[in-house]
This record gives sequence, structure tokens and C-alpha cells, in this order.
Amino acid sequence: MQRFVVLTLNGLTEGSIYAAMALALVMIWRATQVVNFAQGAMAMFTTYLALFSLENGAPYWLAFVIALGCGFALGAVVERVLVRPVENKPPLNVVILTLGVLLVLEALAPMLFGGQIRSFPAAFSIVGLRLGSLQVPFSGFDLFTLVSVLVVMGLLLLLFQRTDLGLRMRAAAFNPEVSRLLGIRVGRMLTLGWALASVVGALAGLLIAPSLLLYPTYMDQVLVFGFTGAILGGLDSPPGAVVGGLVMGFALSYVGGYLGSDLETVGALVILIAVLMVRPRGLLAWRAQRVV
Amino acid sequence: MRVSVFKWRSLLTPTLSRHLGLALAAFIVLLVLSSQIGAYDDYNLAAIAIFVIATTGLNLLTGVNGQLSLGHGALMAVGAYSTSLLLRGHDLPLILVLPASLTAAALVGAVFGVAAARLRGPYLAGATLALAVGLPQIATRYSHVFGGEEGLTVAPQVAPAWLGADFPPERWIAWIAIAAALITMVLLGNLLQSSVGRRFKAVRDHEAAAALAGINVARTQVVAFVVSAACAGLAGSLFAYWSGLTAPSGFGVALSLQLVSAIVIGGLGSLSGAVWGSIVLVFVPALTGGMASSLNLPSAVGNNLPLLIYGAVLVVAMLLVPYGIDGGLRRLFALARARWAGAASNHKGVVDWDDPAGG
Repeated sequence: MQRFVVLTLNGLTEGSIYAAMALALVMIWRATQVVNFAQGAMAMFTTYLALFSLENGAPYWLAFVIALGCGFALGAVVERVLVRPVENKPPLNVVILTLGVLLVLEALAPMLFGGQIRSFPAAFSIVGLRLGSLQVPFSGFDLFTLVSVLVVMGLLLLLFQRTDLGLRMRAAAFNPEVSRLLGIRVGRMLTLGWALASVVGALAGLLIAPSLLLYPTYMDQVLVFGFTGAILGGLDSPPGAVVGGLVMGFALSYVGGYLGSDLETVGALVILIAVLMVRPRGLLAWRAQRVV
Repeated sequence: MRVSVFKWRSLLTPTLSRHLGLALAAFIVLLVLSSQIGAYDDYNLAAIAIFVIATTGLNLLTGVNGQLSLGHGALMAVGAYSTSLLLRGHDLPLILVLPASLTAAALVGAVFGVAAARLRGPYLAGATLALAVGLPQIATRYSHVFGGEEGLTVAPQVAPAWLGADFPPERWIAWIAIAAALITMVLLGNLLQSSVGRRFKAVRDHEAAAALAGINVARTQVVAFVVSAACAGLAGSLFAYWSGLTAPSGFGVALSLQLVSAIVIGGLGSLSGAVWGSIVLVFVPALTGGMASSLNLPSAVGNNLPLLIYGAVLVVAMLLVPYGIDGGLRRLFALARARWAGAASNHKGVVDWDDPAGG
């Protein structure tokens, strides 16, 4: 029972990070119909920038904000400079393009910051919290991770559902042609969508760095599990991304804990295939749409 | 789909005889070439031939049939591990091992293809990516069978005695790989020209229309997946002979992504595109690696320079030659032809990017 609680809490923390990654991927997919394989590498790069700021005397929260700000800029630049020109090319081209960006960033990071494995500080204690005399396997930093992911999701929900800007962004993604006729700057909305998604990705990178340690490819598996989570939930659905990410977190934690950590990714594969066989467009896809 | 009976008369059709003639000519040229170059270049030549097999198969699936697979590295692993396991403690001839490994990968491909036929676009990409991540882990988990992280060793193929005692093994594996690659290309080239190939393309271009025309869409997709997996298995088997080691680290996600990038850079949906892509895949890292080591850079920069350049090549290629090297060459030829014809008829040379003749 105790083991189950430990694994559940662990799954919740990791799942929230996968959910953030999945959300970033879904935001970009909805805006531009692109699976951004460079999402993880972009987050890796901004986390290195945070570490660089820390080493040059910046306080933790300033470094945190710097990383998120750089994430915003990086997302905007990648969309505007690289993705926009291949918009009307065959759909695989943009996939290869984001893979290219991934490779460039993963090569650039060790050139600029050194390739060795680095530790990254956590904002709060990583020792389990105390409830009276009982020490639970859930640290202050885990709590911070969970809360910050929830806050970001809440803010995004507010943005998209309650603000004029969010409505314009949704319209631009939903029907660029009509939106343009209505006077929406579609290109600018798409750039903004990428930028915001990259902020969410950068947050995931900062939150997982203390436990995974920092090295150029440390976000690769987070990207794969986040992508799997996004697929699981349905790429068109932001709530689906959150559900899918959490499911991945719990599933990986249970499979790793009960069956052995070397079966984690096989377990993820089996779950993904099983779900997709029943629901080929993800758990929360509201209709089976096929372009005819 | 009806299995068509092989007719000897078909040897006389222009398509097959043209393909066979081209393949034979290419084989002779490549044999002569490989005899003139050093062992290291032979080694790279063999790598290109092996990648050609895998990328031609992947191009059939992705370029011709429209199913994106990010997991072909895992299918190569199936072929490589079959080979390594067959050769462990037995001394089986290559001519038996290759078809056996190919069959093993085709079987895995059939199982996965049935699942894949239900999925579209990014969902298929995600499922195949999970395959690429998950399958190599089985090798680490059941290390008593698959040798764990260290992997299984494969003894290199020794050239037959009549080629001389000091015939380099790199050249021999290059010859085997080139022969296998050319046979694969002839077979797939023929398949593309047949009714099966037309069905592949019909399903890619418009599923609903293909179904209305009486094509069983799901079955066609499974067939494409099986053929493509068989190619990956053959490539994996040769890869095991070529590298002498089958380990999980050699079949990571990176390999699968390299294969996809090769077909997009080379040109989607064409046999020559797979060849161009494989050449880029092998030569860009080899050239940049040599360049980086000759520049005397600090190790953190020098070690990562090839990766940086490869990534930049991917980005720049997508921006400048969106239809791959093959598409770029076709466009050049078409422009040249249009200009030549235009001189006579004063006709403006307009080139259609989406020329379907590219298949």
C-alpha cells in the first residue's frame, strides 16, 4: 500500500510535467498543424540559459523568468523564421525541419555550455514534506511543480476562453482564411501561439531538470512521453493533453515500480497502442473526423 | 489482393528488362569503383548500400503509400537481432540468414501494420515513435537472450577463397550489400509499376476515392507496411554483418529519425530519392567529422560540429529544396528542357512542382 502511494505521488509529479509538454505540443498542433519535435530541445536550451544566468550571479527566480522569456522568444523566432516558409510545402517537411532544429540545438548546447552532466537547483526542498510525524514522499518542489503546471493551465484556459486575444488566436488556428477576412493578423497569432507553447515547454524543462540532471539530450524522453501523452489524449484537445500526460505519468510510474524500470517505455508503447486501437484519435477526441 | 503468378514472359516487358539492365550496369560500375577505393571508403559504401535498402522500403511506405513511420529503426533492430541470434553458436551461411531475418522483420511489420492501418498522420507517427523507443528496451530487459547493453557480436563475413587471400572484408561486405540493394531496388521498382504500386498511390492520394474504386484500403496499407518492414529487416541483417555488433544503442530513435530525414532530403516517393538520401546520411557526417578533426577545435566544439552541420543541412534543405534532391534535379532537368524547347517555340517554361510523374 505504501509503495502504491509512493508510486502514485511520483506519477502525479512526473505526469504533470508530461502534461505540460503535451500541452505545448497540442497548442502548436492546433495553431499550425505541426508536431514540434524540437520542443524538448528548445526547453533544454532555455534551461541551460537559466543555469548560465545562475552561474553569473542571478537569483533563482530571475533565472527562472529569463528561461521562460527566452522560451517565448525562441518559439516566436522558430515559427516566424523557419516554420512559416515551409507552411505550404509537403507536410513531412516541417517534421524534418523541427528535427533539424532539435539536432542544431543539441549540438549547440554542449558547444556553448559544455557537454558534461550538470546539476540544476530546485526552487524548494526536495525532501519529503512532513504531515505531523509522518514523512510523505512528496517534496515541496513536487508541490511547486504541480501547482505551477496547474497555474499555467489555468492561465491558458483564461486566455483562450475569456479574452479577445485568445478568441482571435483560436479563430486564426481554426480557419485562417475567414479570420483574415475578419481582420485578424493570422500570422502574428500563429507566432504568438508558438511562443506561448514554448513558454510552457520551457517551464517543463525547468521543473524536470533537478531530478533528471542537465545534459544536452535530457529532454528527449520527456518529449517522447509528452508526445505519447498528447497522442493518447487526442492532439486536438488541450484537456486531452493534460489527461494523456497524467496517464503517462501514472502508467510509467506503476510499470517502472512494479515490473522493473527497464520496462517503462515498453509499457508506454503497449498502453499507447492499446488506447489507439480502441480510439484511433485519442481518448478525448470528440468526433472521428476524416478529411474526404 | 490476388497474388499474381510470375510469368516468364514478363521478363521481356520493357520495365523489368530496363530495371534489370540498369541494375546490372550499376552493379558492375560499383564493383569496379569499390575495387579502386580504400577499406574505409568501402566501409562507407557498404553503409550507403545498407541504408539504401532501408530507405527504399521506408520511401515505399511513407512516400508512395503515405504512412509515416518513425519506427523503422526498430524494424532494422528486429532484422539485426534475428541475424545475431541465428549466428550465435551456429555457422549458418549468409544466404539462409538474410531471408530468415527478413521474414522475422516482415512478421513484426505485419503485426504492427495491422495496428498502423487504423491510424493516420501524427497518431501513426506517435505510435511508430513509441515502437522505436520501446522495442530496443526489450533487448536490455531480456539480456540473457539479447546480450543486454553490450549486445551480441557477429563474426564478419570472409570473402571466398577465389577472390584471393588478402581480399579486404570491407570490400566483400560492400559487394554483398550493393547486390542486395540493387535486387531490392529492382523488385520494388517493379512493384511500383505494377497494379500493387498503383493501389499504394491511390490509397495515399485519396482514401475514399480508392475505396470507391474497389481497393481494400486497410489491406493495401498492411501490405505496404509488410514490404517496407521486410526491407528494414534485410537492411538490419546486413547492418549486423557490417558493424559486427548488435546492441540497443545502435538502434535508438536517432536511427529511425535519420531514415525519415534521408527520404525527405533525397526525395519522397522515388527510388533515386532513397539513394540520394542515403548518400547524404553517410557522407555528410563522414565529411564533417573529418573536417572537424582536422580543424584542431576544442573537443566540446569539434565533437558536436558534425551534428550541428547535419541539423543545419536538414533545416536548409527543407527551406531551399522542399521536394528533396530528386525533386530539385527533376526541376532542373525540366527547366533545361523547357528552355531548350522554348528556344524553338517561344513557349514559356513553367514547371509543375507537384508533377505526379515523379513517382
